[in-house]
Amino acid sequence: MTSNYLPALIFMLGGFLIPFFKGRAKSVYMLLIPVVGFINLIYIPMGEHHLMAFGDFNLVLLNIDRLNLVFGYIYHIIAFITVIYILNFKNDVEYVAGFFYSGAALGAVFAGDLFTFFIFWEMLTVGSVMLIWARKTKSAQAAGMRYLLVHAFGGLVLLAGIVFHYTETGSLEMTVMTLGNWSSYLMFFGIGINCAWPLLHPWLTDAYPEATIGGTVFLSAFTTKTAVYALARLYPGTEQLIWIGVGMAAFPIFYAVIENDLRRVLAYSLINQVGFMVVGIGIGTELAINGAVAHAFNDVLFKGLLFMSMGAVMYRTGKINATDLGGLYKSMPWTCLFCCVGAASISAFPLFSGFVSKSMVMSAAAQSSHIAGQGALVFVWLVLLFASAGVFHHAGIKIPFFAFFGHDAGHRVKEAPMNMLIAMGIAAFLCIFIGTYPKPLYDILPFPVDYQPYTISHVLTQTQLLFFSALAFTLLLMGGIYPAEQRAINVDSDWFYRKSARGLYAMLDDVLNPLNAWCESMVRGLASFVADFFRNAGSKLALFLSVNLWLLQGYRGKHLAIKKERLNNDILQGTLPIGIGAAAAISFILLIFILT
Amino acid sequence: MEKKHMFDNPDNVKRLLRVFFGSIVALLIIDVVYIILSKQHIIHRHVEYQWEEYWGFYSIYGFVACVILVLVSKYVLRPLVKRKEDYYDK
Repeated sequence: MTSNYLPALIFMLGGFLIPFFKGRAKSVYMLLIPVVGFINLIYIPMGEHHLMAFGDFNLVLLNIDRLNLVFGYIYHIIAFITVIYILNFKNDVEYVAGFFYSGAALGAVFAGDLFTFFIFWEMLTVGSVMLIWARKTKSAQAAGMRYLLVHAFGGLVLLAGIVFHYTETGSLEMTVMTLGNWSSYLMFFGIGINCAWPLLHPWLTDAYPEATIGGTVFLSAFTTKTAVYALARLYPGTEQLIWIGVGMAAFPIFYAVIENDLRRVLAYSLINQVGFMVVGIGIGTELAINGAVAHAFNDVLFKGLLFMSMGAVMYRTGKINATDLGGLYKSMPWTCLFCCVGAASISAFPLFSGFVSKSMVMSAAAQSSHIAGQGALVFVWLVLLFASAGVFHHAGIKIPFFAFFGHDAGHRVKEAPMNMLIAMGIAAFLCIFIGTYPKPLYDILPFPVDYQPYTISHVLTQTQLLFFSALAFTLLLMGGIYPAEQRAINVDSDWFYRKSARGLYAMLDDVLNPLNAWCESMVRGLASFVADFFRNAGSKLALFLSVNLWLLQGYRGKHLAIKKERLNNDILQGTLPIGIGAAAAISFILLIFILT
Repeated sequence: MEKKHMFDNPDNVKRLLRVFFGSIVALLIIDVVYIILSKQHIIHRHVEYQWEEYWGFYSIYGFVACVILVLVSKYVLRPLVKRKEDYYDK
């Protein structure tokens, strides 16, 4: 039996029908969508399906090979888990957006040509923005708008790259590109924006913590991982990616240490984890690509699990800042346990999922560093080791410690709802299952795996690394050096479009508005002066003449002042004796007559 | 009267810390044993770099890395980037 329905359509169309179901039927229906999708996916044969000629373009709507199949599997799994997680929210917008979004991600990874890929790539943006806006707070609206603008820009860059590429080569095939001409760089950067490269990343840390509780779980799974897939498909072995990945792995951990919003801490650690994948793709050996893909697979699970646990905390307490939390192990023990499993997995503790995939990337970096001309990879390896220690520090310890232990903030809440616990339980189970028995994961990786994660050396060295990171945390905390969480935000490179634009506005405001006001006052001043002048011209002229006359006649002081006053009033009120007016008029006419 | 929880009792915290520091010491000792065994070729140890064979390399690296991480975050990054919570709203 074979099947060839588009996995994306099952999710998208299936999602649009959700509002027509009610009550229990709705829950069952929503859970069925990913299950049906998964069964469909298993029965689609490898290779290209749904070929379409569209004008001159040859589109391939569905192309399945070993690289994208892994992503397809994990996307179905996480969609299933997340749907269980959000069953109690009763928010149709979130449901429909979630399915639309995961469908778009499936469409993008299974796209067989660049055009189809681009269409689904854009849908990904639409779906994710809906998930952010579904939170319905003012800050979520603003963050969603910024997210939309950044991704619309990224999409345009990608589209420009694809268009140039097509005019150059006449092909829309999704093949390996080499960086060289404009088109390749444009596509590279377009994908890079979705991949949250350093300086292009703040859309992620800005928007993810603003999304709905379930929305963030969806978001953490798809956008960046689809970008990782696109890089693995189009740019494997591109050296620049190694350095980009190193930056991604290293810098967010510093931010994560001082960040107060725990979902934002997770967003930073998401970038850190994607950094490992990007390094793997940049190295480009079979082991490295396998490691990157395996780590993407695991990351979807453990990062989803961590976001779910923090979401559950937020759902029950209404708080997410470290300063407002603590001591929750008392009232939410299961959530605490699942969070710790996620924390152990992301930290790559032996027997947890991160261990079996992160070590592949590390080993690949180490092995390739012995090749002549690639000595710089030693440095890469050392930074990745630093990042491994650091991720344990901020995601592995900080998240559980500040939320569930540490200072008791006094929240006495109920344990998370059953559906949330089930969702977290499944994710936690998978994290431990893959960590202890990685063979099923290794079997579905793009290249044959000849790798043994559980050697004495690996286990011992990784345990040492992590325990001594924990020692550093413990000592710094006991010594009072560990930075206390503060109610504050930390500016990131989104400052350039969130604040500097305002700065520009303020600057223009300071320069142009006074200039404007000055011009206005000049014009007004001149006009009122002229008006004033002509209104009083008669009296001024008469006064000037009369005063000189009176001075000659010998009037001085008080008498002169009285006469001036009287004349002025007579002119302004028009009460001059007729004779004087007539005389003035006649003398004026005479003057003109003489002059002409 | 609220139920007493595990870490409400300071003895339990102390016990946990004692176990933790114990395992720290144990790890360092295991490292010595492991180095001796691999030097005697009783256990095969595959290393990529020479420094991996030094005693306590990963331990010290992990510890120093985290101390640097925290100090840089606290004393360099935070003063640079910290703003009031309503910074962007103004």
